[in-house]
Amino acid sequence: MQANSSDFILQTTDLVKEFKGFTAVSDVNLNVQRGHIHALIGPNGAGKTTVFNLLTKFLQPTRGKIAFNGKDITRMQPAEIARLGIIRSFQISAVFPHLTVLENVRVALQRKENHSMHFWRSDKILNSLNDRAHELLESVGLGEFANTVTTDLAYGRKRALEIATTLALDPELMLLDEPTQGMGHEDVGRTADLIRKVSKNRTILMVEHNLQVVSKLADRITVLQRGAILTEGDYDTVSQDPQVREAYMGTEAPQEASA
Amino acid sequence: MSKVNRNLIIAIALLAIAPFVLYPVFLAKVLCFALFALAFNLLLGYAGILSFGHAAFLGTGGYITGWAMLNTGMSTELAILLGTAAGAALGAIYGKLAIKREGIYFAMITLALAQLTFFLYLQAPFTGGENGMQGIPRGELFGFIDLTNNLTMYYVVALIFLFGYAVVSRAIHSPFGQVLKAIRENEPRAISLGYDVNKYKWVAFVISAALSALAGSTKTIVFQLASLTDVHWHMSGEVILMTLVGGVGTLMGPIVGASLIVTMQNYLSTGEMGNYIHIIMGFVFVICVLSFRNGIVGQWNKFKAKNF
Repeated sequence: MQANSSDFILQTTDLVKEFKGFTAVSDVNLNVQRGHIHALIGPNGAGKTTVFNLLTKFLQPTRGKIAFNGKDITRMQPAEIARLGIIRSFQISAVFPHLTVLENVRVALQRKENHSMHFWRSDKILNSLNDRAHELLESVGLGEFANTVTTDLAYGRKRALEIATTLALDPELMLLDEPTQGMGHEDVGRTADLIRKVSKNRTILMVEHNLQVVSKLADRITVLQRGAILTEGDYDTVSQDPQVREAYMGTEAPQEASA
Repeated sequence: MSKVNRNLIIAIALLAIAPFVLYPVFLAKVLCFALFALAFNLLLGYAGILSFGHAAFLGTGGYITGWAMLNTGMSTELAILLGTAAGAALGAIYGKLAIKREGIYFAMITLALAQLTFFLYLQAPFTGGENGMQGIPRGELFGFIDLTNNLTMYYVVALIFLFGYAVVSRAIHSPFGQVLKAIRENEPRAISLGYDVNKYKWVAFVISAALSALAGSTKTIVFQLASLTDVHWHMSGEVILMTLVGGVGTLMGPIVGASLIVTMQNYLSTGEMGNYIHIIMGFVFVICVLSFRNGIVGQWNKFKAKNF
């Protein structure tokens, strides 16, 4: 399949991150195609999270370029790229624990209104966002929990809430950092279904350890090792690659290496 | 809503009757510190940032208002307004400098800036240095309400306090307050949703500084005195103590905490126990931190939620 550069929503060029002489990420050229679910995998310490933090601007790259829709975003602030339409999730569930479930989603919806600095106005104007918030909660199966204080939710539900909050901003590109990490078997399946559901009309880049989830969801996979790209392709290509087998537990097939 | 209204009416009624039971100047002092603690709690309780230099704003309000009353002959409300504006301006600068850092580093920078302010007032010719600024006239409000009467003075302070309370209460229950709480709860997430968190923190800092200065200005008018005590770092510590003992992150907490601490100071410092006041306050603080971390009001709210 031929793809010209406008089909790529996110591109990195020779991305490098050094920490005091240690090169965590070296010359990574990542091309994420529009509409894809793109997975970033690799053994522990391969630099996945560092790449992820570079893309979300929580870290500044030492060298190299990052482009979103052809626009250079290398030196932008995290909040700026969020406003461009790149919304990230976090490894540990990123919710606002002492706000209610509904308020969590509303904080995200509120960002596109222009009254967020208005400290002299009543928060009753936020009620106009309630319908949309309820819709989003229904879409991730949290409708009945709208008025629960978030800290009381089960872990899997917190992650669902996080996705609803992210969706509230209708991002063009969603960056998910290990969305199924720390979940029980049932929750993993439910979350994977949810990711597939929300991937319509948008692009998702995810770091994921669970290769079953990756095999089920990803259109394209990039394997990282020691900060560099080892190989790239669809699941069949990648899982047959001898280098990948080598990187994951000697010569075993990667299916078993879901730790 | 009706419950809120009822509580408000009770509170106003209490404020109105109080000076017939207790000494008005003492009550005015309590209200000034309650306003100070309310302002401080807007930052610690609702934005999750600990300033260790709020004395700078309290003191600036006091000195500027005192200077205006002594030297310009402006009416009292303008002098208070000037003091408040000066505190807000200082807060705008200090906030810009400190908010780039987080947590303990933020606290250290605010402390350093407050110490700088302290030495500035110690050396500046208009403050009277160690002696402080004395004999500040209370003046006349709007040019015709004579404030030399303690009861009148008290009611003016009560109105200022209610105004401050309204500002904080509205700020907390506003779209802005909602974002502030989100930042307190999970700052990286708030950033990833596209909020420039430092801007929100800065606005909260300036509001807090302005209200602290308003408290300082009012206090200076009540006591006709502005001194280094108000800019000393002890004062920055005391407001933290008031807020924590009363209940951080609650609207009533700082008011309860300030009332308790000021009452203790007032009654203990005159009696036999005067020499031990710092030991006693330290003891109260330790008990609070060890056994009821949510403060008096926080604990009460928990108790109420459990039992009613």
